[in-house]
Amino acid sequence: MIIAIPTEDKSLDKKVYPSFGRAPFFLLYNTDTEESQYLDNSAVLSQGGAGIRAAQVIADNRATVLITPRCGENAEKVLTGAQVLIYKAIDASIKENIDAFSNEKLTLLTDIHPGFHGNEQK
Amino acid sequence: MSKNKNTIAILSGKGGTGKTLISVNLAVAAGKSVYIDCDVEEPNGHLFFKPENIKEEEIKIKIPVVDAKKCSGCRTCVDFCKFNALAYAADSLIVFDDVCHSCGGCVLLCEQKALSEREKIIGRVQRGISQNVKVYTGILNTGEASGVPIIQNLLKDITNEEELIFIDCPPGSACIVMESIKDADYCILVAEPTLFGVHNLQMVYELVNLFNKPCGVVLNKCLDAENPSEEFCIQNNIEILGRIPFENELGMLNSNAEIAARQSEKYGDMFSSLLEQVKKEVGL
Repeated sequence: MIIAIPTEDKSLDKKVYPSFGRAPFFLLYNTDTEESQYLDNSAVLSQGGAGIRAAQVIADNRATVLITPRCGENAEKVLTGAQVLIYKAIDASIKENIDAFSNEKLTLLTDIHPGFHGNEQK
Repeated sequence: MSKNKNTIAILSGKGGTGKTLISVNLAVAAGKSVYIDCDVEEPNGHLFFKPENIKEEEIKIKIPVVDAKKCSGCRTCVDFCKFNALAYAADSLIVFDDVCHSCGGCVLLCEQKALSEREKIIGRVQRGISQNVKVYTGILNTGEASGVPIIQNLLKDITNEEELIFIDCPPGSACIVMESIKDADYCILVAEPTLFGVHNLQMVYELVNLFNKPCGVVLNKCLDAENPSEEFCIQNNIEILGRIPFENELGMLNSNAEIAARQSEKYGDMFSSLLEQVKKEVGL
């Protein structure tokens, strides 16, 4: 199974990045092989629709789980369409989040925000 | 460009500087004139004019719709869209209406002809009259991506107008402002007497220069103190068209949605002389 996690740095010791669509990288963690792969987030510089673009990349890379602190409604629509489950990140390192997920300690993200839609914080 | 040199745009780098105050009162001072409110996200000129005989028109844009049976999943459209208004997940194409900027590129590029366009209402334009002033107002529905199509509708027939036209622009210097000033013959920049005001003045000054528009400045909210915006004008050799005092009486009239130039002889005279100065600069 592949888990996707937004991150600022290519390290499992860092915390999960606070936003989804504009995260610098995405970690793709394979739970079977325990291998980490990092993707540049091409959506970072989007004029708009960053969450949609990021969700598309996550789905295309065959992740079936996303662990994130927040997610907007447009990204959620793409992820749900692609049958990616969205879990709420805990305030801890990426490694601890992966462990928490493996031990079934994470809960599904339910507070989907309406998005910034053209008003992204720069 | 309109042939009569009769189109004057009023702009400023931020909201609350006095664009509407100046636009509305100049339109009244001009007698027979046209007032066009291009501040489509928050039009308020109509609150002063209270126009009558309003004719309303809905403004529509084109949004792509997908025929799932024809879509091959090639994703040419998804990769093309700079605004990420399209996504492809679980073997189906998703269109995000609110993100779409209606460029039509996805429809052009679809080899399967799986994309077509449908109309979506994004706002409306109202055309009415207040005494001798024709009052046109653009209203963008909340949450829509861009007011540009509404401004295009507001300004599409202005070359047919023979009277002086005053375009009340949106604040700032973004696309909707460029759309509002591009056919103007002259730009009036409204500025406040603060350092922040200078910064905002500089933004719009650079914009009108980029568009090669002749311009002048109206200094609003003037006090008996130093005026950084005035200093900016002197340093950059920008024509100062007039000074509007920071007065309780004017503020009261304005906050009660009264048109000062109609209610008071004093302000009627003040805006008439401002108008004369503007006309002289425009070459009328």
